[in-house]
Amino acid sequence: MVKKISALLLAMAAMMVHTTGWAAETVATDSGTTSWMLTSTALVLLMVPGLAMFYGGLVRTKNVLGTMMHSFASMVVIGVIWPTIGYALSFGPGILGGFVGWDPKLVLFQGIDEAIMPTHIPEYVFAMFQGKFAIITPALIAGAFAERVNFRGFLVFIALWSILVYSPICHWVWAADGFLFNLGPKGAIDFAGGTVVHISSGATALVSALFLGARRGYPRNVMHPSNLVMTLMGAGLLWVGWFGFNAGSAIASNLDTARALTVTQMAAAAGACTWMIIEFLHHGKGTSLGVASGILAGLVAITPAAGVVPPYGAFALGAIAALVCYLAILLKGKLGYDDSLDAFGVHGVGGIVGALALSFFIRPSWMAEASAKVAGGWGAWQQLGIQATAVGITVAYASAASLLLLFIVEKTIGLRIGENDEMSGLDHSMHGEQGYGLINPN
Amino acid sequence: MKLITAIIHPDRLDHVREALIQAHITRITVSRVAGHGRQEDIEYYRGQKIAPSLLPKVRLDIAVNDQFVDITVDTIINAAKHRADKVGEGMIGDGKIFITPLEECIRIRTNERGGTAV
Repeated sequence: MVKKISALLLAMAAMMVHTTGWAAETVATDSGTTSWMLTSTALVLLMVPGLAMFYGGLVRTKNVLGTMMHSFASMVVIGVIWPTIGYALSFGPGILGGFVGWDPKLVLFQGIDEAIMPTHIPEYVFAMFQGKFAIITPALIAGAFAERVNFRGFLVFIALWSILVYSPICHWVWAADGFLFNLGPKGAIDFAGGTVVHISSGATALVSALFLGARRGYPRNVMHPSNLVMTLMGAGLLWVGWFGFNAGSAIASNLDTARALTVTQMAAAAGACTWMIIEFLHHGKGTSLGVASGILAGLVAITPAAGVVPPYGAFALGAIAALVCYLAILLKGKLGYDDSLDAFGVHGVGGIVGALALSFFIRPSWMAEASAKVAGGWGAWQQLGIQATAVGITVAYASAASLLLLFIVEKTIGLRIGENDEMSGLDHSMHGEQGYGLINPN
Repeated sequence: MKLITAIIHPDRLDHVREALIQAHITRITVSRVAGHGRQEDIEYYRGQKIAPSLLPKVRLDIAVNDQFVDITVDTIINAAKHRADKVGEGMIGDGKIFITPLEECIRIRTNERGGTAV
């Protein structure tokens, strides 16, 4: 018996020697990093049902399912498109002058079956982690045209948008050969998706709201949220999921991860506190929707900055974003366009504020590294120029391309639903179901 | 005074409400109720056709003075009816209207009674 065990141990030892010898030539998987990245991947996916609940609670009862389905549709449609071509378009080597990436080997992840990245995680984990970002981005847009879009038109729109808008911007900002990744001494700073996710979806949201026009009766009729309890639960899920979103974006499990997690927590709290105080001063009451909006504003603003700002910067960005988003939503009321659930007001505006204002809160060690790379040094204002370029390009491209896609989908499949369907509600007219059915004594 | 009770399909609620407001019938109570008449409604649940025994309906309660009964009833009928192929033809499940005599009506705020309180 003892002999048998020792023989087994010997065999195992031999195998270990063999694997180590083999691994010396390639990169080994780091189980700690891989575990955290797997966790982050799951956390980011959790944000999608979180968003469905957040948005679903804000619309009228007759549209609750239709609105939640926008998030879930993104989960399933982009869930198919991303492994098929999305990853290849985003992270393949640049083609068409760097407009987009492409590598036929990445179609259906064929080429990465055995790939371990230099960050010591299997490339599958990275591809799946990135896929979650591709899923949540089109889902965010849906807030702008809630309660008035054709489900089929929406499906086609997000599919085209993911391929023609998300993938190129993702390639520019995050691929190693992307031109925004390489702008300035240390690149345009977008740690976890300020431009790629929030500004691109926010700009598209504004264009969509303007293109499709207001909901019937807006702003004359008050449109009450169907279920703010669900909205708060959604905001909570988004906050939790955001730890994966930001702290996972270091693609590591180290000091950078810890920094990103800390500032994410702090910015969300600062944003919510600021929004609440503004409401106390402005209305005399702090609303639950205000707290939820403040949480989101803070989280959105810290997203691009989570890798570079120290804790005091997180407080500052969260507070500034809450104030500016609050003003943006007031301004929306004055201008009269119908960004129904403030997809632009929170994600677009919050994302732009975060991406620009982070320049003034960058930790000194980062600045020193950047300065060392350029003759004459590097400062906040110069980085602001880089950030503004990245924001400007993202806004311009996302708006223009989205307008074209909206036009095409509206003319072919139809995006804006008819008056009769809109009055009946999306749940009945688009899905033949009802959201709050359990309330009926059936 | 009459109490008009209408049971309508939930997806026609906004149509009816807007039409009533257009006709200057602006006081209304709305409740979500369940029930069935002769309707056999089919809904999809996880891809299966199901025929639930109790169907969701919306109940409208409107108290009116006698001279407003006709306009209220006509407005509801017009707006609550699903337009099938032929104009004016409704569909099974469009609902019912009950009209009952209303003995008294009191506005709580002012203690007004009768027709002026409606």
